[in-house]
Amino acid sequence: MLRGLSAFLYGRRGFYLSLLLLPPLLWLGIVYLGSLFALLLQSFYAIDEFTARIVPTFTLATYGQLLSHPANVDIILRTLAMAVAVTLAAAVVAFPIANYMARHAGPRMKAFFYVGVMMPMWTSYLVKVYAWRLVLAKQGVLSWFVDLLGLAPALDHALSTPVIGGPSLASSYLGMFVVFVYMWLPFMILPLAAALERVPESLLQASADLGARPGQTFRQVVLPLALPGLAAGSVFTFSLTLGDYIIPSVVGAPGYFIGMMVYQQQGTAGNLPLAAAFSVVPILLIGIYLTLARRLGAFDAL
Amino acid sequence: MRSSGDWNRASWGGRIAAFAGLAFLHLPVWVILLYAFTTEDRTYQFPPPGLTLRWFEVAFAREDIWAALRLSLSVAAVATAMALVLGTLAAFALARSRFRGRDAITLLFVLPIALPGIITGIALLSAFKLGGIQPGFWTIVTGHATFCIVIVHNNVIARLRRLPPSWIEASMDLGADGTQTFLYVLLPQIATALLAGGMLAFALSFDEIIVTLFTAGHERTLPIWFFNELFRPRERPITNVVAVTVVLVTLVPILLAYWLTRQGHADERN
Repeated sequence: MLRGLSAFLYGRRGFYLSLLLLPPLLWLGIVYLGSLFALLLQSFYAIDEFTARIVPTFTLATYGQLLSHPANVDIILRTLAMAVAVTLAAAVVAFPIANYMARHAGPRMKAFFYVGVMMPMWTSYLVKVYAWRLVLAKQGVLSWFVDLLGLAPALDHALSTPVIGGPSLASSYLGMFVVFVYMWLPFMILPLAAALERVPESLLQASADLGARPGQTFRQVVLPLALPGLAAGSVFTFSLTLGDYIIPSVVGAPGYFIGMMVYQQQGTAGNLPLAAAFSVVPILLIGIYLTLARRLGAFDAL
Repeated sequence: MRSSGDWNRASWGGRIAAFAGLAFLHLPVWVILLYAFTTEDRTYQFPPPGLTLRWFEVAFAREDIWAALRLSLSVAAVATAMALVLGTLAAFALARSRFRGRDAITLLFVLPIALPGIITGIALLSAFKLGGIQPGFWTIVTGHATFCIVIVHNNVIARLRRLPPSWIEASMDLGADGTQTFLYVLLPQIATALLAGGMLAFALSFDEIIVTLFTAGHERTLPIWFFNELFRPRERPITNVVAVTVVLVTLVPILLAYWLTRQGHADERN
């Protein structure tokens, strides 16, 4: 019976393929795309101001509210600024690690580094956020370490900077920024290392032989070749920062971020249309970013 | 000529920066391990004044933690099972075929992890609200299965693409039918990829918080229990113990998965 069936299917390749593809496609098509559509729909629904009920009539008022309230615009700009800052910092911190593991480490050391980067990446997300609360807390590991090095005045100075500072690292944008960079760093290191691994040694020798200084070789040979990896990693750091709402609510200053707004509006505020409209913002921003990254050849390195 | 900035040789500065970066990635995890044993139960004092195993005993006796753990494990098990079936089917269909609309379908199979989790969460919630579906066990599973499918699909498709098509042709030429070829040629080759994908999916589901907070309703998975604890810091020592447990439960399957996929690479080279 099975033999007959498989022979039957072998002759009808298209039918066989659609038979395989149909169940997963139905799931993602209905559950996932359907939900995204529902999200878009909700963002156009009105909300009754007195009863706080959602009224299924088409309105652009929610988007109007989103873009006309200065507080909402501030939230969007603050989140965007954080995402850009985290992406840049992650690239700078990731580079030496990726460069060493991809191009300088021996086979054993390389394996050690790959596992060493992947283990923290796969460690429970919430536990890592919690760990940072312990690290950044007053009397915590970091302040102990800073005292040990005698750097306390430098830290106080950084914390007294307006905007990024605050009463302590655990309640400042600076602390939040450090946690974001930490959380997404492996997502930057791995694609960057993959790109750097493909840089041929001979090109760098040629560059040096032709009289380029190390800085020139970096700017004109290494960096352009590493760009696809940087772009691929930055897609992760950018998109993950835009959508996160756990980190800003556990570590950091009182200012709101897009993710927190989405979570709060659908929950305690009960304003699902506004939450939906807010969540369309990161989708658009990521769409723009992906288009830019694609032009830089980010997806060739994945 | 060969200065310290030679790009083909590791400088001491570069080496130190690389190791410092690796230490930065690992330190917070070790901090959690240490704090689970501290005798200090009110502040985050470092270094801890003393070490004790008492908090493990206290946490062990907590029924709410066990309930949350049981829920998380069953959600992860069901979501992984669904993802294994659906993700594998998709991988088989997409591995070597060429047809119109294939790129769009491939994109659909990346989207749930390419977009931030909060989008998946709020989108599912919007759909449940529109459909009048009460959140609970199955809504959590629905959310988790959606991104777990992508993980399994990625793992299996990577293995299928490395499998030489000539093996399947050889099997058929030697008289095996489709079922035999599947059972004796294909399945042994993708078995470790399935196992690895399944374990990654399980660990991701077990640890998921961003989507789950939107789809859980009144149910409390272990990450939700943990998240609530972060804002009610009265029971810090117990939170620390749960943190260490969660790290172990997620890390063991992931390391196994890593080892299994590496085995796959090694086999290929021989």
